[in-house]
Amino acid sequence: MFIDSFSKFYSLQVRRGEKQNRTLKFSLEVASIIAGLSLTVAVWALAAKLGGYPVFILPDPLTVWQELVKAASGGLLWYHAQATLVEIMGGLALGLTAATTAGYFLAKSPLLERLAGPYIVASQSIPAIAIAPLLIIWFGSGKLSKVIICALVVFFPVLVNTIVGIRSVDDGLQTLMRSLRASRWQTFTMLEVPAALPVLLGGLKIGVTLSVIGAVVGEFVGADRGLGYLINLSKGLFNTPLMFAALITLAAISLALYLLVSGLERRLLAWRE
Amino acid sequence: MSDFILQAVAVSKTYYSAAGELEAVADINLTVCPGEFLCIVGPSGCGKTTLLQLLAGLLPPTRGEVRLAGVPLTEPHPDIAVVFQKPHLMPWRTVRQNVLLPLQVAGLPTDEADRRAAEALSLVRLADFADVYPKSLSGGMEQRVAVARALAQHPRLLLLDEPFGALDALTRERLNRRLLHIWQTRRLTAVMVTHNIREAVYLADRVLVLSPRPATVSAEFSIDLPRPRPDGIEYSEAFGRLAYEIRQAIRE
Ligand SMILES: Nc1ncnc2c1ncn2[C@@H]1O[C@H](COP(=O)(O)OP(=O)(O)O)[C@@H](O)[C@H]1O
Ligand SMILES: [Mg+2]
Repeated sequence: MFIDSFSKFYSLQVRRGEKQNRTLKFSLEVASIIAGLSLTVAVWALAAKLGGYPVFILPDPLTVWQELVKAASGGLLWYHAQATLVEIMGGLALGLTAATTAGYFLAKSPLLERLAGPYIVASQSIPAIAIAPLLIIWFGSGKLSKVIICALVVFFPVLVNTIVGIRSVDDGLQTLMRSLRASRWQTFTMLEVPAALPVLLGGLKIGVTLSVIGAVVGEFVGADRGLGYLINLSKGLFNTPLMFAALITLAAISLALYLLVSGLERRLLAWRE
Repeated sequence: MSDFILQAVAVSKTYYSAAGELEAVADINLTVCPGEFLCIVGPSGCGKTTLLQLLAGLLPPTRGEVRLAGVPLTEPHPDIAVVFQKPHLMPWRTVRQNVLLPLQVAGLPTDEADRRAAEALSLVRLADFADVYPKSLSGGMEQRVAVARALAQHPRLLLLDEPFGALDALTRERLNRRLLHIWQTRRLTAVMVTHNIREAVYLADRVLVLSPRPATVSAEFSIDLPRPRPDGIEYSEAFGRLAYEIRQAIRE
């Protein structure tokens, strides 16, 4: 019940995402991303030129591009991006597994949801950045603490969408499966998973974007490697172009993950076209 | 030992919910002979769906017992296939895949399953739509898929819960004619619940009339009309008289 009220917020986002996906073709999505990017760069270049700011306040796109190429070819960017990527992947794997498993059992057991629901919702009022220091004390300043922060951030939206997805399975189809003498496992794989998939993928879309935030938050609080660390480092060095290069890399990772899920969605939900 | 394929012996069903008790089916006795087409008519909300689910082994009776070939039925049985009031198709499966579902659940070899699905689809005249998703089907076509899915199971007993009740009169007439043809050529046993008297007279060898809730059998009619049903039999005097008598039995 607690979770359901939150779910309204999330499913609203999911539904909006679904609609977009049905009307927009994938290529159109990519085209609009490129168009938006070009516009942003143009405005940025104009602002930097007209404003005449010093480079450590607002570098122009060309300076940032050169810094990006330098950092990329020198291996610096990859060194840090690699760490962040590993944290994201680990966090996603852990978070998704935990959230879908817990979500399934919470959806199936109203009693369990009544018991655990309030605590799960309450835990969401604590921002990730507030528990990050504690997790770093517990799990060290290496990758593991970031993986866990990342997983915690991913957990809730995926949990909620799993619950909503499993609850939305049609009663009539459940009766049909029963009349066919389907086993528990057959009902799970042939009915519940495919029926919950649209909502689940909506949660995954939100989850992958949040996972990037989770990793960076962890790196901000304590790390010696990763794009979040690189941003902090370039701040100390007054190297704003490098900071921009790191931010752009982060955005590219988020976008790539998002497009990956979008592509997956298009493949798996082709029946709705 | 039993000559009946299906029997209900003093079957009652009471629903218990937060709103209180509700007796949907009270003390029903009925028998179905092999090869028979039995129709059970009753007003809406009298407990028809409940009765059919009891006969399918999908609901446990509160009292009494359902027997399949003399053996108590406590859960769904592979010899029984059900066509529900709504089509209940999986939107992510094509028509063919929906018909294949029961065969996959039963673990049939793929080639045997494919053969049966193709055969069932051609019986309901949907072979051309095998690779279409349900969302582009009309209501009548959806129910035909549901019938094909039941037929593909090669059941001995077909239970139908007013499957064509939501369709327009012409479509329903056409589908009932088709259903009778399949029933006859496949030598099936069929039990259909419906609120439509003329449909019951057209299809059945025997019609049971249910009282308003709680449902109990209040009258029984033998339908002595020729088989296969000649065209236009619905407009014959004998047909009209039977329909009228059943109508009177429901009214009382
Ligand atoms: N699962 C249930 N729980 C409680 N009441 C039910 C349930 N299913 C049906 N009923 C009630 O039982 C009565 C008979 O329902 P049903 O068998 O669906 O009738 P029919 O199919 O003839 O319209 C109705 O009053 C209905 O509200
Ligand atoms: Mg009904």
